[in-house]
This record gives sequence, C-alpha cells and structure tokens, in this order.
Amino acid sequence: MLKYALIPLLPFTGFLIAGLLGKYLKEKSAYVAIAGVVGAFFLSLSAFLDVLGGTIVNENLYSWISVGTFQANVGFQIDQLTAVMLLVVTTLSSLIHIYSVGYMHGDKGYARFFAYLNLFTFFMLVLVMANNFLLMFVGWEGVGLCSYLLIGFWYEKKSAADAGVKAFVVNRVGDFGFVLAMLLIFLTFGTLHFADVFKAVATPAANHSYSLFGGEISVITLIALLLFLGATGKSAQLPLYVWLPDAMEGPTPVSALIHAATMVTAGVFMVARCAPIFSLSPVAMNTVAIVGALTAVFAATIGLVQNDIKRVIAYSTISQLGYMFLALGVGAFSAGIFHLTTHAFFKGLLFLASGSVIHALSGEQDMRKMGALKSKIKITHMVFIIGSLALAGIFPFAGFFSKDEILWSAYNASLLGRVLWVLGLTAALMTAFYSFRLIYLTFYGKSRINHDVEHHVHESPRVMTVPLMILAFFSVVIGWIGIPGAIMPNANLFGDFLAPLFPHVEHVAAESHWLELGLMMLSVLVALAGIRGAYTWYVKNPARPDYWADKFKGAYTLLLNKYRVDEFYNYIFVDGLVHKLAKFLYTVGDVKIIDGFLNWSAAAIGRTSEQGRKLQTGYVQQYAFTMGLGLVVLVGLYYILR
Amino acid sequence: MIPLSWYIVLSAALFTIGVVGVLTRRNVFIILMSIELMLNAANINLVAFSHYLQSLTGQVFVIFVITVAAAEAAVALAIIILLARNRGSVYVDEFNIMKG
Repeated sequence: MLKYALIPLLPFTGFLIAGLLGKYLKEKSAYVAIAGVVGAFFLSLSAFLDVLGGTIVNENLYSWISVGTFQANVGFQIDQLTAVMLLVVTTLSSLIHIYSVGYMHGDKGYARFFAYLNLFTFFMLVLVMANNFLLMFVGWEGVGLCSYLLIGFWYEKKSAADAGVKAFVVNRVGDFGFVLAMLLIFLTFGTLHFADVFKAVATPAANHSYSLFGGEISVITLIALLLFLGATGKSAQLPLYVWLPDAMEGPTPVSALIHAATMVTAGVFMVARCAPIFSLSPVAMNTVAIVGALTAVFAATIGLVQNDIKRVIAYSTISQLGYMFLALGVGAFSAGIFHLTTHAFFKGLLFLASGSVIHALSGEQDMRKMGALKSKIKITHMVFIIGSLALAGIFPFAGFFSKDEILWSAYNASLLGRVLWVLGLTAALMTAFYSFRLIYLTFYGKSRINHDVEHHVHESPRVMTVPLMILAFFSVVIGWIGIPGAIMPNANLFGDFLAPLFPHVEHVAAESHWLELGLMMLSVLVALAGIRGAYTWYVKNPARPDYWADKFKGAYTLLLNKYRVDEFYNYIFVDGLVHKLAKFLYTVGDVKIIDGFLNWSAAAIGRTSEQGRKLQTGYVQQYAFTMGLGLVVLVGLYYILR
Repeated sequence: MIPLSWYIVLSAALFTIGVVGVLTRRNVFIILMSIELMLNAANINLVAFSHYLQSLTGQVFVIFVITVAAAEAAVALAIIILLARNRGSVYVDEFNIMKG
C-alpha cells in the first residue's frame, strides 16, 4: 500500500520543496520537481503491471471524516481505469516537466512554476486514485485550483489574471452539480464509496424518484445528470466550455498538461468511473452523447477561423473531448477512455510543438504573422505534422483507432447514434481541415514574420525537442494497443483490459466487419478531404480564404467572434444577473439593512451615553456621596421589604 | 459602669462626622483625617463589644485596624505629596480631569 500512497506523495513532496525552498534552489527546483514526477511515473508503471497481473487494490489508508453515519476515508482504488489514467498522467506530466525546463528558462517565477506543476500532478493523481466521491472531489477541486494558479501564472498581465478567474468561476457552476450529486448519492445510498454505491445502484434503494418541474425523474437519472454537469464544467463541454480557450493565457506547457492531456479529461474519467450509474439511465446517457457530439461540431466550427495558434488547438481540444463524451454516451466507455489516452499524447504533443513555434518566434502566437517555418525549425515541423495526422485520424496514427472506435460505436448504438455519427463525421472533416490550416499557415506559404523576429528564429533546445520526439513516437504507436477487430482479430488489447470494469456492450456480429471497414475508409477519406481542402485554400490559392470570408461575411464574423457566446454570457449572467443582483444586494441589503442597522444601533448607543457621561463629573466626593446614598437606599429597602 | 449604648452612640457620632468630612471638605488632608476618624469610630465599636462580650477577639482586630490605618496613612500622604507637587494644590475639587 505504501507504494501506492507514494505515487501522489512524491509530487507533493516535490511541491513542498520547490515551493518552500524555491527562493534558494532557483534553477535546481526544476530537478526536484522532475524527480518527484518521474518517481511517480515509475511507481505508476509498477502499479500498472500489478493490475495487469491481476492485483486490484481497494484499500483505505485512514478514516478521514466520521460523523454519525457519514464515513469518508482516504483510500485508494487501483483498478484498470485508474492504472491507465496513472500512466497517462505521470507520463505526460514527466515529459512536460522536462520540456518546461527549456520553455520556462529565465522566467522569474521558475521555481513557482514547477511547484504548481507538481501540486497539480499530486491533485490529479489523488483524483484518479480516490476510492470515494469525496476524495475524488478533493482532487477535482485541487486540479481546478492549480489550473487557476497556472492560467494566471503571469499575473501581471490582466488578461491572464482574468482568464484564471473565468476558469475558476465557470468551473464553480459545474462543481455545484458535482456537490449536489454527492449529496444526493449520500442521501440515497448512505455512502460515498464507489464500490458500495455501485453495488447499491442495482438495489431497490435506487428506485426512488423525485418530481421536478412537473415531471417525474428517477434518482439515478438526477444523480447522473448532476454528475455530468460537473463533467461539462471540468471538461469544457457545452454550455460551460467558455473558460478553456481563455485558459490559453497560461504558459504553453500548462496548456499541454492541464488543458489538453489531463485535467480537462477528468470529467471523462469521472463519467467512466461512474459508468454503473450512468448506464442505468438512458436519459442521462443520451444527454451525454448529444452534448458530446454537439460540442464536437460546435467547437470545430470555431476552430476553423481562429488565428491564434494556441486557440485553434484549444478549440480542437474541446471538440475532441466532445468525441470522448459521445463515446461514453453511446455506452462505449472503453472507447472513450481509449480516445482520452491517445488524445493526451497527440494533443500534448501539439501544444508543446506550438509552444516550440512560439518560442522560436519570440512569443508570437498569431498565425497571420507566421509562415514558411518548415526549413527553419525542422524537428518542430516534423512532430507537428505527426501530431496533426494523429488528430485528423489518418491511418495508422493514434487518433485513427480511437476516433473510429468511437464513430463505429455511435453508428451501432441506436437511431440517435446514427445522427450523432453524422455529427462526428462532420467534426472529423473540420478537424482535419483546421489542423492542416494551422500547419500550412505556420510552416508553409510565404513568410509573414516580423522582420525583427525573423533574425532570431531558432530551433528549440534539446531539452524541449526530446520530449517532443518521445510524444511524437507515442502519437504514432499508442493507437496500436487498440486495433479494432475488423482489422485484426483479438488485437484490441486496450478494450479487453478495461472490459471487466464496464457494463457489457454487445459485440456486433462478424458480418458487419465489412461495414466497419467501409466506415473506416469513409472517415479516412473525409479526413483526407479536409487536408486537401486546407491545402488548396491555404497553399495553392492563398487568396481564396479571404474571398470566401468576404462573401460569407456574416457567418465568418460570427465564427471569428466564437458565436458571441462570451458576450451573451456576459450580457445575461455577468451584467444581467450578477451585476444587477449585486447592485440590488449592495443598495438594499448592504447599505439599507446591514449598514442601516449597525449605524442605527451605534447612534442609539451614542445618544444614550451622551446623557450618561454627564454623570461622570470627575469629583471624587460626588462619587463617594452617591455610593453612600446607594448604600443607605439598599439597606433601607432591605429593612422595608423584609 | 458605662452602658454599651453610650459607646455605640459615640462611635456613630464620630463615624457621621467622618463621613460628612469626607464628603464636604475640599482639603485633602482634612479628608484623610476624616477617614481616620471613621476608622477609629469602628475601633471604638469593636472595643466596646469586646468588653461587653468578655472576648478579646475584638481587641485583636483593633490592633490590626490601627496597623492598616498607619500603612494607609503613609501611602495616602505620599500620594498627596505627589499631587501637591504636580498640580500645586491640595483641594480635591480642582482634580476633575477624569470627568466624562
């Protein structure tokens, strides 16, 4: 058990050392941080091998809260799902820590940065290892905190500080759902431990239902929907995705680690962990699938026209997270986790590579001021293409296997699944288009780089390119652990590994292998069409995008302004609700009631003592006389009333 | 044999004179003397009852009271000297800076 406890504790120790002694350690704090995370990686590897060998651990370390019938323990559950997440988190975290040594070099918050990254890793590991909802929530909030700290890492910049606050506040909305779900779970089942809850969902205790807004809703559906609300916040789904694009104000390694590979997938992980709850509620499952598919398309359309290199990838992340939820929603839990895994690698790669581009261009993020970088930063160019091919889902890169498994599961699920499959395919087309638009704008065409910047263009140091190459390697091969049965029988190692955890999904008969293969070809063709489209638009005929943008000006501006969702939320919630409510509470609640009462009571006491102070003349003899008189009166009263 | 009531009347008279002195006189020395007067009124009472009850306990008390009174007089005089030195006056009605 100690081994498992050390997995989160090593990064935490790193956080304490780098955070408290960072002032003295300076550059060395990075080594402490890396040591902590790499240590956790090796322990995770060993834990993974244990699980592979059949050892599933679910043990309480100590009793944390014990109030009446409420019990919460600090305990870890290391099963197949956790093992996968442990490996993903620690691998990505280690590589990104190493990359950051180069990327953050010379930053004045160097030690602070590594301390935060370590703290984040700690909380993320707690999140995935927890064996009850409450401990998971600790990790959940902890990663949210670290996300806030790291988005606002350059806090002197107002936009960065604002983005941090935005992320935090939007996540609160989702967490509100999570907390309500936890309360409801405790109310219904009397426990928060995963194992007990999942055993109890099938018992009559769960057959309760509430009437809500005039309709009946079963408690399981309600719990699942509230949990999913939490997931939409953390995993940036409609309608709570707005914080993720702004989160790109943080340093790029943060975007890679937190806002692509790990933290934003916590929602997916949570839904997968709660699969026994979700799979009992068709309503919740359909909601998850629909929200996922809509998000996938919606975010992809915005990604088509964005000009900031990191924002394009951010919208792509939202879109890919949508895919994962689509998979979960149609019951293909292991496909969702598979996409989570492959996505972590290729999206982490894309973010780090874009960081390398930004690094080469001395901080420039606008793709309109890039171009023709192909020969100047060769390694970055190569890994970028690998990452984009993986993202676009081209055979045999990682994204192909996971994305097609999702699309195939959706196609097979139901009639609704077919509709969602069309949406998924549309999103795949756009994904291929915008990722190659990004590549063509950045690496090909004519150079639009500022003259001053152009002299300094240089490839990143080895400490940055090596993690890139490792990630690129994984972006190619990681998909091979989940080859679908249609291509090679019995090669879906990943699905088989996770299979014991999730409700059984019917295996589609062998006849449909040809259909599956056909659909695969179709999606690859669609992706190739997207790439081809990007090529004709941005390389062959660079005037064309402007022509079309001009022709469909309305649509183009709408996309460029991200459907004006931010403005809409601002108008309704921030200005409308919050400011008006705040103003009301301020003028009436604060000024009139609270201040009024306090001022009145203070004034009343003042007026009373104004009279009372006249009694205090300062003449000792008067006091003595009053005392004597009082004595006489009291004794007199005693004799009279006796 | 003088009856007990005479002693008590004497003691009450002395005590009343002391109280009036403390409450009405301005000079702090006279106030101090009035306080001594009140203490000794109490002493007379104690001795009278001691004699009347044929018990020595009361007289022991008197010795204590005299000792305390001596100590009190020493402290009070010291305070008065300081007062006189700092404020240049021994009249209590001039010391009212603690008024509200």
